[in-house]
Amino acid sequence: MFATLAQYLSYPFIRYAFITAVLISLCSALLGVTLVLKRFSFIGDGLSHVAFGAMAVAAVAGITQKMVIVMPVTVACAVLLLRAGNKAKIKGDAAVATVSVGALAVGYLLMSVFSPSANIATDVCAALFGSTSILTLSAAEVWTCVITSLAVVAVFVLFYNKIFAVTFDESFAKASGTSAEFYNLAIAVIIAVVITLAMNLVGSLLISALVVFPALCAMRVFKSFRSVTVCAAVVSVSCTVVGLVISILASTPVGSTIVAVDIVVFAAFWLVGALTKRA
Amino acid sequence: MKDTSVVSSPVLRCKDLRLGYDGKEIVHGLDFEVHEGDYLCIVGENGSGKSTLVKTIVGLLSPLSGEISFCGGLSSKDIGYLPQQTLAQRDFPASVREIVLSGAQGKCGHRPFYGKAEKKLAEDCMKRLGIADIASKCYRELSGGQQQRTLLARALCATGKLLVLDEPVSGLDPTAMASMYELIDGLNKNDKITVIMISHDIPASMKYATHVLHVGPKPFFGTREEYEHSEQRHAFCCHEGGAH
Repeated sequence: MFATLAQYLSYPFIRYAFITAVLISLCSALLGVTLVLKRFSFIGDGLSHVAFGAMAVAAVAGITQKMVIVMPVTVACAVLLLRAGNKAKIKGDAAVATVSVGALAVGYLLMSVFSPSANIATDVCAALFGSTSILTLSAAEVWTCVITSLAVVAVFVLFYNKIFAVTFDESFAKASGTSAEFYNLAIAVIIAVVITLAMNLVGSLLISALVVFPALCAMRVFKSFRSVTVCAAVVSVSCTVVGLVISILASTPVGSTIVAVDIVVFAAFWLVGALTKRA
Repeated sequence: MKDTSVVSSPVLRCKDLRLGYDGKEIVHGLDFEVHEGDYLCIVGENGSGKSTLVKTIVGLLSPLSGEISFCGGLSSKDIGYLPQQTLAQRDFPASVREIVLSGAQGKCGHRPFYGKAEKKLAEDCMKRLGIADIASKCYRELSGGQQQRTLLARALCATGKLLVLDEPVSGLDPTAMASMYELIDGLNKNDKITVIMISHDIPASMKYATHVLHVGPKPFFGTREEYEHSEQRHAFCCHEGGAH
């Protein structure tokens, strides 16, 4: 098994896949903690569908660097949804549902009607579930992924204290002079960026798993914001690596294998949490 | 309890305030001054605009009309605010130390990380409020009283001058409530921190406050003694008595 794996790792595209996968899962876990604690998980889910719609538009328009379209559209939607969510809680909720379902439907419609490729089902499947996209990245895409995710990690570390303050108590942060609006906006933009990146790894339907599972795992067991963040990052990266290895060795779809590993690990953490609580 | 308002200068002045959300008025005609070392209790019925007033003072809302000015060397950044607890906070995975330290956020400015001074301040605030021994405990596992102490320590971290407390004892059991009142009173008397507090608890307000602001259709502002004899106090008590 190790020999097979070593042989696979000698291919550059497999190595690229591992590097990007690790970075993407790191970013999504870091942001995931804030997203879950801010009760913004549904915005993440909605945005991933928007990313699918934008991807479809890019595919139909015949653009090879799809991220050029997908990223700005997703970022714009993130900002809009956050605004809607802040104005009125109930309407914001509905706005996310509307936008996400709308993007999904229009995306599929566009792809079916205008798709240049003959095999629409495969294209749609790749966009929704990732399938093997992570293994077919071009060098340019790998570099974009690496640079963007490093930037996300850097921003997260620099803003860590502010993000904590704004996540824990927006009113207090505002009253003590921290611009909560600015940091909320920054969080929304970073989430959109992370989701666009994660689309390459697991596809748009499974992104939420990458964002939510590691955070929930960590929150079951750890008790400070810092340890939760670190644990989520470790869980996310390990699950992704294990999932990727399994999917390469067993030729299973990458995205769903990673999510399956996430589910198993979540169950384990849930159990540990339940046992330690009783003790 | 001595009334210090005669000798000290005002730190907060509110003139003819009209407050509300989205252009809809909730309360009008609020006129009052808070002096250094005062202990102001804001009382009034539910929905009368107490929280709105406090949110306006700390700068979360803007008044529909009227004026709020900080004076005597105080600025809007010197406020230690204790907001009402939100639902999301109840199960928040954060240690007491992390939360208290986040009170020093305003002192960091654009620096991304806390320095030695901020960390020392946080430790001092935790000691002052008797929560130093639970500094690494998780917020969601604390009792209601310990949670409120943590939030008070955070507010204290943000200010040495003015605490603005939005119902700091709500949801606490009588013992925790009493010790919370004692703590706040100590901060006011010993550390000379000005306190503005919303309270539903009239007897306790009467025990500790130097001044009372009654928010309602007919606002009242004056010293505690003046409030004792006011028609607002009388009407409020009768109403409260009838409601229970």
